[in-house]
Amino acid sequence: MIEIKHLKKSFGSHHVLRDVNLKIEDGKITSILGGSGSGKSTLIKCMMRLLDSDGGEILVNGKDITKVTNPFRLAAVRRHFGYLFQEGALFDSMTVGENVAFGLSYLTDIPKEKYPAVIKEKLAMVGLKEEVAKLNPSELSGGMRKRVSLARVLAISPKCILYDEPTTGLDPIMSDIISDLILEMKKKIGITSVVITHDMHSAFKISDYIAFLYEGEIMLYGTPEEFRKTDNPYVRQFVDGSSHGPIQMKLMRE
Amino acid sequence: MFTAIGKVMMNWLDQTGGAADMVRSAGFWLARSRFEFKQFVLQSITIGVDSFGVTALTSLFTGMVLALQAGNTINNIFGDPIFVGTIVSFSLIRELGPVLTGVVVAGRAGAAVTAHIGTMAVTEQLDALYTLGTNPTQYLVIPRMGAFLLTMPVLTVFSNIFGVIGGYLVAVYALGVPGEVYLSDITTFMGAKDFMHGFIKAFIFAFMIATVCCYKGVSTRGGAEGVGKSTTGAVVTCIVLILVLDYFLTAILAAFGI
Ligand SMILES: Nc1ncnc2c1ncn2[C@@H]1O[C@H](COP(=O)(O)OP(=O)(O)O)[C@@H](O)[C@H]1O
Ligand SMILES: [Mg+2]
Repeated sequence: MIEIKHLKKSFGSHHVLRDVNLKIEDGKITSILGGSGSGKSTLIKCMMRLLDSDGGEILVNGKDITKVTNPFRLAAVRRHFGYLFQEGALFDSMTVGENVAFGLSYLTDIPKEKYPAVIKEKLAMVGLKEEVAKLNPSELSGGMRKRVSLARVLAISPKCILYDEPTTGLDPIMSDIISDLILEMKKKIGITSVVITHDMHSAFKISDYIAFLYEGEIMLYGTPEEFRKTDNPYVRQFVDGSSHGPIQMKLMRE
Repeated sequence: MFTAIGKVMMNWLDQTGGAADMVRSAGFWLARSRFEFKQFVLQSITIGVDSFGVTALTSLFTGMVLALQAGNTINNIFGDPIFVGTIVSFSLIRELGPVLTGVVVAGRAGAAVTAHIGTMAVTEQLDALYTLGTNPTQYLVIPRMGAFLLTMPVLTVFSNIFGVIGGYLVAVYALGVPGEVYLSDITTFMGAKDFMHGFIKAFIFAFMIATVCCYKGVSTRGGAEGVGKSTTGAVVTCIVLILVLDYFLTAILAAFGI
């Protein structure tokens, strides 16, 4: 289990995360909702230790990972997670296959001869054919990039995957395919997932729990059912996707 | 006005500190993790191939113009173009060889390194390295530092050779100096320490170029525009530092009798 307690993160005078408290249950899918620039990526980057938080704790199986500074222990902390970047962050100087196999030599004992088999297996898991391995990332469509990126994450067998807006920028059908993939990872391998999204359809479909991030705090945490029924005006507005409501007024006042 | 200068100074100090941290981290990872040999070889080949042609061409013409200027000047004073080989070879091997090579390598290979790493930085590929069990220092910076340190001295040797050939062509065919005289002017006066002098410079320039270009790359922010900015910034910084360092290195090496 991952427990985030009183997490704070600022960029200069911009207090992005003010006091984030959140529990991430093992083997479940937790979605984090929030508007653009609300600090969703910042939050999971702090979990991955790509950013240093300014205060609070992130307990992974009871151990606070925010205080780790030794580069080797830091690598061990990161080993717990897989991170799906919003734009894929595929290495564009390598083929798709080399991308998928990249983490293997650093994080696993799998011998080099077995890499082609791993590449094939992981590409199949995300619904891609073996031939894709020979392509360059620049030849891929948006949906394929996300899937290759997911295959690269799956290859290192993390315990928890952090997804940064996995469905943003995709057409509705591809979004649904990605949502199904996330669900499948949970069912097949029991991976814990943290999914950042503002795609309500996907969030309701895949989530066990949803957290709504607003003004640097988790304003509401609950099951999709609770989110559907809530009368919290902020969440209501976000869930309904309306331009009328407290969030708009807040923006205008600033 | 003063705050503007202060800001520039602070920024400069900040970057120097950042670059020093990067070098320290490179030392840390070099000692404690595997060396990315394949990357090192690929980078060495790229840097060498990228820079060889331009280095050869600029050195050839620099040797030619040195011979022409020296020959004409000496001719006007002594009525005979003597010691052209000596002047050309001293200027090249002690100063211009490493300086020209440094400028070309910074402009070609250095710019490419900054643009590549910078693009990776703004597309989260550097972060991706951390998430996949390695880091930018181990995977990108160390192999490139090694590649610059290997290729710069080699390219400098070629630069010297092409420069001396250029000087030879002008001395022999334009100034009418006998070929044997041009060559013996070189061999009589050049010593091992002159080669050492040039070699040490090439090595230090290589270290500086690698540090500046890698650091500018990893610290890139702000999309495609940011990549452009850090690339030109890296090249300008390298060229300025090459010329400034060259003076101080000459002074220091001379103090040690090299
Ligand atoms: N490295 C950074 N330096 C300065 N500000 C940043 C940095 N990263 C993010 N921010 C700012 O923090 C806020 C939250 O960013 P982010 O976490 O990416 O939002 P989200 O993912 O929810 O859209 C934004 O206003 C953004 O401008
Ligand atoms: Mg984001």
